[in-house]
Amino acid sequence: MNVLGVHLSEATLWSMAVGIVTNVACAVLGCHLVLRRLSLLGDAISHAVLPGIVVGYLLSGSLGVLTMLAGAWAAAILTSLLTDSLTRYGNVPEDASMGVVFTSLFALGVVLVSRYARNVHIDADCVLYGLIDTAALDVVAVARWYVPRVLLTLAPVLLATLVFLAVFWKELKLTSFDPALAAALGFRPRMVHYLFMGMVATVTVASFEAVGSILVIAMLIVPAATAQLLTDRLLRMVVAAACVGAISAIVGCWGAVRWNTSAAGMMAVVAGGQFAVAVCFAPRYGLLSKLWHTWQLGLRIVGEDVVARLFRAEELARSAPRTTALTAPARAGHLARLAGGPIAGRLALAQLWWRGDVAFRGDTGLTLTERGRRLAQMLVRGHRLWESYLGEHFALPLDHLHEPAERLEHYLGPRLQEQLAEELAEPGRDPHGREIPPSA
Amino acid sequence: MLRQPEHDRNADETAPAEATTARAAPPVVDVHDVTVAYHRRPVLWDVDLVLDEPRLVGIVGPNGAGKSTLIKAILGLVPLASGRVQIFGQEVAAVRRRIGYVPQRESVDWDFPVTVLDVVLMGTYGRLGWLRRPGRRERDTARECLAHVGMADYASRQIGQLSGGQQQRVFLARALAQQADIYFMDEPMAGVDAATERVVFDLLAELRRQHKAVLVVHHDLRTVPKYFDYVVLLNMGVVAAGPTADVFTTKNLQQTYGGRLSVLDDAAEALQKQQRSR
Amino acid sequence: MFAWPAYNTLVVLAGASLLGMAGGLVGSFAVLRRRSLLGDALAHAALPGLCLAFLLVGRRSLPAMQAGALATGVLGVIVIALLRRATRVKEDAAIGIVLSVAFGAGVVLLRYIQNETTEGSKAGLDAYLFGKTAGMIAADVVFIAAVAALCAAAVLILFKELKLVAFDSAFAHVQGWPTLSLDLLLLGLIAVSVVISLPAVGVVLTAALLILPGAAARFWTSRLDRLLVVAMLFGLLTGAIGTLISAQVAGLPAGPLIVLVGAALFLISALAGPRRGAVARWIALTLQRRQLAKQRLLIALYEASDLAKTQGLLPGAQVITAGALAVSEAMPIAKARRDVRAGQRAGLLDRAGAWTERGASQALAAVRAQRICRQALRDYPELMVSRFDLDYSAAVADLPRELLETIELKLRREGAWPDNPRSGMTAGTSP
Repeated sequence: MNVLGVHLSEATLWSMAVGIVTNVACAVLGCHLVLRRLSLLGDAISHAVLPGIVVGYLLSGSLGVLTMLAGAWAAAILTSLLTDSLTRYGNVPEDASMGVVFTSLFALGVVLVSRYARNVHIDADCVLYGLIDTAALDVVAVARWYVPRVLLTLAPVLLATLVFLAVFWKELKLTSFDPALAAALGFRPRMVHYLFMGMVATVTVASFEAVGSILVIAMLIVPAATAQLLTDRLLRMVVAAACVGAISAIVGCWGAVRWNTSAAGMMAVVAGGQFAVAVCFAPRYGLLSKLWHTWQLGLRIVGEDVVARLFRAEELARSAPRTTALTAPARAGHLARLAGGPIAGRLALAQLWWRGDVAFRGDTGLTLTERGRRLAQMLVRGHRLWESYLGEHFALPLDHLHEPAERLEHYLGPRLQEQLAEELAEPGRDPHGREIPPSA
Repeated sequence: MLRQPEHDRNADETAPAEATTARAAPPVVDVHDVTVAYHRRPVLWDVDLVLDEPRLVGIVGPNGAGKSTLIKAILGLVPLASGRVQIFGQEVAAVRRRIGYVPQRESVDWDFPVTVLDVVLMGTYGRLGWLRRPGRRERDTARECLAHVGMADYASRQIGQLSGGQQQRVFLARALAQQADIYFMDEPMAGVDAATERVVFDLLAELRRQHKAVLVVHHDLRTVPKYFDYVVLLNMGVVAAGPTADVFTTKNLQQTYGGRLSVLDDAAEALQKQQRSR
Repeated sequence: MFAWPAYNTLVVLAGASLLGMAGGLVGSFAVLRRRSLLGDALAHAALPGLCLAFLLVGRRSLPAMQAGALATGVLGVIVIALLRRATRVKEDAAIGIVLSVAFGAGVVLLRYIQNETTEGSKAGLDAYLFGKTAGMIAADVVFIAAVAALCAAAVLILFKELKLVAFDSAFAHVQGWPTLSLDLLLLGLIAVSVVISLPAVGVVLTAALLILPGAAARFWTSRLDRLLVVAMLFGLLTGAIGTLISAQVAGLPAGPLIVLVGAALFLISALAGPRRGAVARWIALTLQRRQLAKQRLLIALYEASDLAKTQGLLPGAQVITAGALAVSEAMPIAKARRDVRAGQRAGLLDRAGAWTERGASQALAAVRAQRICRQALRDYPELMVSRFDLDYSAAVADLPRELLETIELKLRREGAWPDNPRSGMTAGTSP
């Protein structure tokens, strides 16, 4: 098969399949790991299972799935317990105790591997990179297919993970979100925690052969963190994480062939790339969207300042007709600069004009439309109500009232305005003696 | 009623042995000699409390007096160094389904990807037990509870998008969804807006009408007489406990707060209001 | 057999010891400042830098590769800080993401170099993963010594400031110290000590060289200056012993061995450290439990005998029976029986169940302390809450004399001042 100028052999396709299964299993579990803020415990466990696997192997003399699993569970629970007790009884800060435990266990694992287990499947290379690149070399016949042996371990583990998540969905959600309530309701958060960490250890062990000990953590955390930036629902987050994981596997394997390098590493890099994209462009929580919202808010405030200014000018013109020439029609450029500087001001003006809040009369004259007048009336009403409220309740001097009101007027919705008016018994005038316009 | 059983020898007119045996209905809450300690430092010391009837109880005391710890100790969320707790005459584990709990708002991660309705649904989990999923009936209950606190329109919002007061209301709706007989609330009025405070107040009044027991950790001395039938004044130990009118006195407060004047001013104001209203 | 190390081994030994000392010194601050895992992230993030530098320069050049490592390592830490500040990603996830993705990128580059470039397979980049001390030459050691001296000088000059920031950065900030700059300085020190350790210990385990000595030293002392000295000593031992072992045993990477030596030192410290060590803690805890149990027993027995005496509920007021105890303490009868037997075993009660002299005086002291505590907590809560202790005698021990007298007077007035439980006994009943 030829994709984008890269020839993908059958072996590569099998690697992809292994990668997809591994990544999806890791990603869906990783969601709760990230939500429980246990990412680093996941990191620690993925390191610490190494000596567990080796000891399991040495004891049984084979690389059977069950011995490896038993060793890994033991190591995972040991990590969890040691970290906990160092923090609790030894007063070692949590991060340091985690660092102590997993580096020590990992070092032990590496020494054991190098010393005793050199001629079996696990060696230092496998620990670091996994065997995903060569997964297709070690095959087992299933029906008419030759399937990579690791896939036969990974597929059941993926299935078990999905079943685990489905069965304990409610319990996991509750204990992740509010452990205190969970305990009060009789769901044992600690038991769920250990059950969950046991599942993490299982997936870690199963993935260990494929992607190695260190890169597992990328598969666990990165898709989940990416998904967290994309959505606000748990189910969608799990699905999104699975998708990110699968994409990482496919693109990662493709890239590994394209540049003749490690597939596991490439998968981590692709996952990281997706995360970076999400950080920048996620719809609600991305940096760009945040910037856009801040900017929009800024423009809105500038625009509102302009219409409020126009409204006040109209007011002044009505009360003192002789100064009309000085105030209205206002010069658009001047107003805009007053409100928000040359660029933001002009943009805000354009926005106001586009929405039909203001109309240009003559060359530079600017007047409020009916719609704009209603908006302005609301703003000025809010501004003056707030001034009255401050004046009554905080006894501020008159010249200190304007500034807070100027900031708050943009956020006083109709409901708050009603409440204020009610509280103040519908005042007719603000502390400066100016009329408070009725609500539009 | 709420009382502080006298174990001291000087209370010689009643034999303490009778107090625990000769009663028809078991007390709603029975806290006996409870001590909670971190290492050797006690947070609660020898707390004795008996609430005989379901009433609204305010738990009041200075910062660090162990108010939240008392609730957590009753609920079995912190280990007891000594003493025992019974609710409706049984161990807490046996009556969990009759207990509603509103933790402090800061205790959870508001970025968590759940909707408002999801959070309220969690209140029904206790009755469902392990493995069973919430169904249509639970959803209906949750919606009703949300409507009850005036949050029906927000059901599908992510919880992080709510204001502090709204978040508190969601927590209250969740406690309602537990359909409990006794409620424990940890500072439900801390940092909420006036509208939410009203909702809380109405809710407490309604729970009182339904003869539910409600124990509330409360920080605002000014509103104590307005809200609660009974008051527990706590400062590591129980300083005084009983009907609000008897216990919420300047002398007791001075003892509890050790003469922190600004707080006592608030209390004095509340006491005056209370007397005027009589 | 242990052979006296050759010149080459001595060079390596000196280098590894210096690395350990620098790691211990800088790492102590990282541990205290809760930044332990930042070193781990930094080390992992250094791998792509090493490889990029190799690709750019086209051959193995130590200064270039260390500069590359420093650059990407620090970049990784900056990304963590930015993620934490500007997005909803929490700190733990941010560290995990940077660490694993950067390592993945490093692995990609490493494999690429090995597969695609001619000199790649000979570059010995593999050694950077788990470390190799054998290749260290005298020039490297001089370089390491220079960096270690730089770290030591920075810490010596800014000791007070770093201490303040590590202890309470918010306070330091309010006091007007440039906490950000000091944090950056600390980060810089961590970065350089990580980068110089990379060839010897490897990217995967370098963090341990920072964390282990400082965390182990913490068990031996609570003073920062001593802590730094102990941590440097531990670092030195870790590096030296680890290197010696790896020189004796062929085929084992140096990094894991060094880390295991550090782990052993940590384990010993965690067990044997005075006051904070597990053994010392266990002893203190057991003593305290025993003492509290005895205090509870004394008070319970006293209350039972007092009840029997004042209420006359039970016959034989002089003798404390399990029944009386069960009634007065509202405890199950089986537990009351156990308590009475425990009192007899401890020599507080005699065979018949009456107070011995020792038992009576101890019980009196315990009950007095308890009553004083209870009264003081009611009357002077502000005073008591801060000094309270489950061991009542300890809690009242340093109360001012006049206060104790006032409380005693008050208790006496109320009739709550305990009397010797043996008083009022008919003489001769106890053997």
